[in-house]
Amino acid sequence: MALLEIKNLHASLEEEGKEILKGIDLVIQPGEVHAIMGPNGSGKSTLSYVLAGRDGYEVTEGEVTFGDKDLLELEANERANEGVFLAFQYPVEIPGVPGMTFLREALNSKRKYHGEEELDAMQFLKLVREKAKSLEMGDDMLKRAVNVGFSGGEKKRNEILQMAVLEPTLCVLDETDSGLDIDALKIVADGVNALRNENRGMLLITHYQRLLDYIQPDFVHVMAAGKIQRSGGKELALELEEKGYADFTGKAA
Amino acid sequence: MAATVETIEQVEQLGTEKYKYGFVTDIESEMAPKGLSEEVIRFISAKKEEPEWMLEWRLKAYEHFKTMEEPDWAKVEYTPIDLSDIYYYAAPKVKEKLNSLDEVDPELLRTYEKLGIPLKEQEILAGVVAVDAVFDSVSVATTYRKKLAEYGVIFCSISEAIKEHPELVKKYLGSVVPYSDNYFATLNCAVFTDGSFVYIPKGVRCPMELSTYFRINAENTGQFERTLIIAEEGSYVSYLEGCTAPQRDENQLHAAVVELVAMKEAEIKYSTVQNWYPGDETGAGGIYNFVTKRGACRGDSSKISWTQVETGSAVTWKYPSCILQGDNSVGEFYSVAITNNAQQADTGTKMVHIGKNTKSTIISKGISAGKADNTYRGLVKVLPGAEGARNYTQCDSLLIGDQCGAHTVPYIESRNPSARIEHEATTSKISEDQLFYCAQRGLSEEDSVSIIVNGFCKEVMKELPMEFAVEAQKLIGISLEGSVG
Ligand SMILES: Nc1ncnc2c1ncn2[C@@H]1O[C@H](COP(=O)(O)OP(=O)(O)OP(=O)(O)O)[C@@H](O)[C@H]1O
Ligand SMILES: [Mg+2]
Repeated sequence: MALLEIKNLHASLEEEGKEILKGIDLVIQPGEVHAIMGPNGSGKSTLSYVLAGRDGYEVTEGEVTFGDKDLLELEANERANEGVFLAFQYPVEIPGVPGMTFLREALNSKRKYHGEEELDAMQFLKLVREKAKSLEMGDDMLKRAVNVGFSGGEKKRNEILQMAVLEPTLCVLDETDSGLDIDALKIVADGVNALRNENRGMLLITHYQRLLDYIQPDFVHVMAAGKIQRSGGKELALELEEKGYADFTGKAA
Repeated sequence: MAATVETIEQVEQLGTEKYKYGFVTDIESEMAPKGLSEEVIRFISAKKEEPEWMLEWRLKAYEHFKTMEEPDWAKVEYTPIDLSDIYYYAAPKVKEKLNSLDEVDPELLRTYEKLGIPLKEQEILAGVVAVDAVFDSVSVATTYRKKLAEYGVIFCSISEAIKEHPELVKKYLGSVVPYSDNYFATLNCAVFTDGSFVYIPKGVRCPMELSTYFRINAENTGQFERTLIIAEEGSYVSYLEGCTAPQRDENQLHAAVVELVAMKEAEIKYSTVQNWYPGDETGAGGIYNFVTKRGACRGDSSKISWTQVETGSAVTWKYPSCILQGDNSVGEFYSVAITNNAQQADTGTKMVHIGKNTKSTIISKGISAGKADNTYRGLVKVLPGAEGARNYTQCDSLLIGDQCGAHTVPYIESRNPSARIEHEATTSKISEDQLFYCAQRGLSEEDSVSIIVNGFCKEVMKELPMEFAVEAQKLIGISLEGSVG
């Protein structure tokens, strides 16, 4: 069974009725890493939001199955608890809420959803420290309010920490590499690679082939004008780096 | 001038003389007749076996009350209270006895459970069992009393204090909130039925949070509660009033008065969690909470801090204040006021700087949801002698939905050029981005709102005594249930 199967997905903005996704088809098998590249405004983030169940978008056609579940039937928090994780392009600040508290609430929500015991403060602390260490994040950052006053790179690293703690089955990373310095990119990529396994699927949205040097994808897709225009292996990313998106945007116009 | 005063006194005396013999009070009755009259006040005083000076004080307040009008400056609207339709004294009612928790309103039980209140306490709160049946309340009380007595701390009901410690009560009662202060306070002076009295002797650090005791022994003190706390030189006390569990009461009007007195280098920390019944979605049946709370920092380097979490009541009207008389004295006000549905709150504080280098801090967090209205009203007043006075005020409002309102009304009066007054105010909304971020991490909408709002209130919540902080956090989430989506 495929981990994620998207069939002819069309989605519009609820308020304006403008169609952004114009028929997406994509299948991710367990263990696979897919990369999506494409020009600004082509609908990459929109796809991630629609998968995660954000309000404000209307699916007008098509279907999405996640394992044996109809993903579109689930609320956003249910999708998360089922194992869909989105590392945000722009992580959101939550003033006054310590990162630890937030993450513990999140983990315990998931555990409760699956009928498991909640972790107590000590067990949780141990778990999170261990994960944070490999991402070279100190206690002080975990105590600070979620994303408040974090640098761009720190925010992205924090997303990966959350991912590592929550252990999702589908990881969607929206431009996690943007804003990272070279060392941080390496740390984050190591973090992501550590999570790769035969059950977990990943969808990396990126503008830079450089990330794909660190995280080797099984497939690369080019998205433009709300559609996947072409799919291939890693070499497609190299080709795009050279030629740009002219071929695809031309087609779309 | 002196002659005038004399005249007033004489006239007053004539007045009381005349009434003294005019009425016969039936002390045997359990209940005073409905309505407010001198007869009723005499009845209350007689019932409580009060000394003459106490009765006189009550009557003086009542005389003054008759000349006053109900204030209408607060930004709250409510059906006027018919003072003639209230019973001012009724012997404490025995709660209707239920056989088990199964007979309790399931809505109430659900809330207790969410608050994490232990089963035994749930049974007491819901009236299934009397306090004595669960805790041996007499012995608990005695244990506490014994321990407090070792330190010379007096902690008893105000009625008891009037009888046992008349010199203290006489000296301090009405010394912070005079009988003529304001409409609701004056009413309270005339008809108060009970409340707490605390006296901490010189140099003593009260060995326990006075909340523990209070919570176990909380009795229905009625609608006109009166509290007096005195901290002598160099002493410290932390007092917690209220309860996170929702409280229902047949009495619609609550008009309490709290007076605090801190002498030289003394510190009083007064925390409140108020969760009176707010009424249904339209506010019907909810409690009107009109409270006068004021603390006097009488001595140099004394400190009074008010922390409040207000989530209940249909209408709240409340301004805990500090009179900073002593040099270097400190006043603090930390407040979270949540209004949902049709609730209205007009709350804030007054900081009056009189002594030199006095310092005040005001942190107010107002949260409104539904169709609720939330107003912060604050006064910072610096008198000419308050050389080097400093105030920092921060008022943050958080709106949930677009039908509610938040208002900030700061008044600043500075009559000393060396004073430094800073005021910051913000208004924000829970953003759709934040809600989605939380949902994407698996949190339900209720949990998301709760965690975001608790984050917003953090600076205030951290001031609460540990034992209540956790419950208060949960309470915030519960008060806002159903406010989004
Ligand atoms: N809520 C919205 N309101 C108006 N326009 C929107 C909204 N959400 C998306 N759009 C539009 O939809 C299009 C696709 O946006 P999206 O963010 O998905 O692009 P993207 O591929 O992620 O771009 P980038 O590479 O710059 O991140 C853009 O034209 C954007 O302006
Ligand atoms: Mg994007």
